[in-house]
Amino acid sequence: MEIVKVGMADFKAIKNIGILTTLGLGSCVGIALYDRNNKIAGLAHIMLPSSSEIKNNSNKAKFADTAIEELIKEMILLGANKKYIVAKLAGGSQMFSFGSNTDILRIGERNVMAAKKKLLEMDVPIVAEDTGGNYGRTIELNCQDGSLIIKTIGHGIKTI
Amino acid sequence: MDLNNLNSNLLDVLKELGNIGSGNAATALSTMINKRINMRVPQVKILDFKDISEILGDGETPVVGIYFKMSDDIEGNIMFVLSIDSAINLTNMLFGRNDSKNELDDMDMSALSEVGNILSASYVNSLSTLTGLKLKISIPSICVDMAAAILSVPAVQFGQIGENVIFIETQFEEGDKLIKGDLFLIPEVDSFEKILSSLGVIL
Repeated sequence: MEIVKVGMADFKAIKNIGILTTLGLGSCVGIALYDRNNKIAGLAHIMLPSSSEIKNNSNKAKFADTAIEELIKEMILLGANKKYIVAKLAGGSQMFSFGSNTDILRIGERNVMAAKKKLLEMDVPIVAEDTGGNYGRTIELNCQDGSLIIKTIGHGIKTI
Repeated sequence: MDLNNLNSNLLDVLKELGNIGSGNAATALSTMINKRINMRVPQVKILDFKDISEILGDGETPVVGIYFKMSDDIEGNIMFVLSIDSAINLTNMLFGRNDSKNELDDMDMSALSEVGNILSASYVNSLSTLTGLKLKISIPSICVDMAAAILSVPAVQFGQIGENVIFIETQFEEGDKLIKGDLFLIPEVDSFEKILSSLGVIL
């Protein structure tokens, strides 16, 4: 089966068969979208919560808000119907801590919140999530059934 | 400053900076474990975010990362990355042990943080002496996880400013190849101009 890699600040969509994967999500969030009826899967690996907080925001795949919009557009181009699309989220952890948790290091939590907000705004239901914690995740989205496998080091493997 | 158009002169300056900094760090490591340490010529890597997960080979390999924030005149990060085997061999040397365990306990993690601390401090110290800039590092923070997840931390920080990250990378190797590590200096893009002008490089 074809395995398509999605890098950091990147998104991809596929149809029918194949697996979309992204390695080592830390504070980044993997947004897995799936249209079961048309068997179209999309995966975005976002780094930052919002394109409106940052001046240099030309790379749409970098931010939760713009990446979700663009990914849905791309899935619709492949033949997805927006009303069937559902979402699963993974990632958003905090790899390093310095005691005071006020700054950039809480970006994981903010990424998850931003992704949820955008999905709600776009009427995409979130059917499952595995977020937070202090460990990395590798995820694999299967285009055939929309299952999302989450692999970790020391925290097991699960499918959501 | 446009990172895509750095000329070879500037890259040489950055390499030399890495060379001096990590040379001092390597000496500190060598003194600590009383072994010979070999060091590669530092590499300056300008990477797109999507290539970061592969900087250490397979992004899923578990590694130990010891992370520092650098502040004051130069903003950025310093990160010391070791394979799990190397980390175990290093702590065995530090504690004078001979056992063949395959996990790191709290004591080991604490020792590794301290090693990272000494290496980063000697790196930063020599940079500060060289450039006359004031530099400070945070306390260490240590994490054992997938390489890609660990390296994404500095990337996310720079994601707020630009589209790519500069890593000044130096590889270390202990004489018997029991310990291999990568020391990364990851300055913020804006800090480059400060570093370069403090060295008299005209942009």
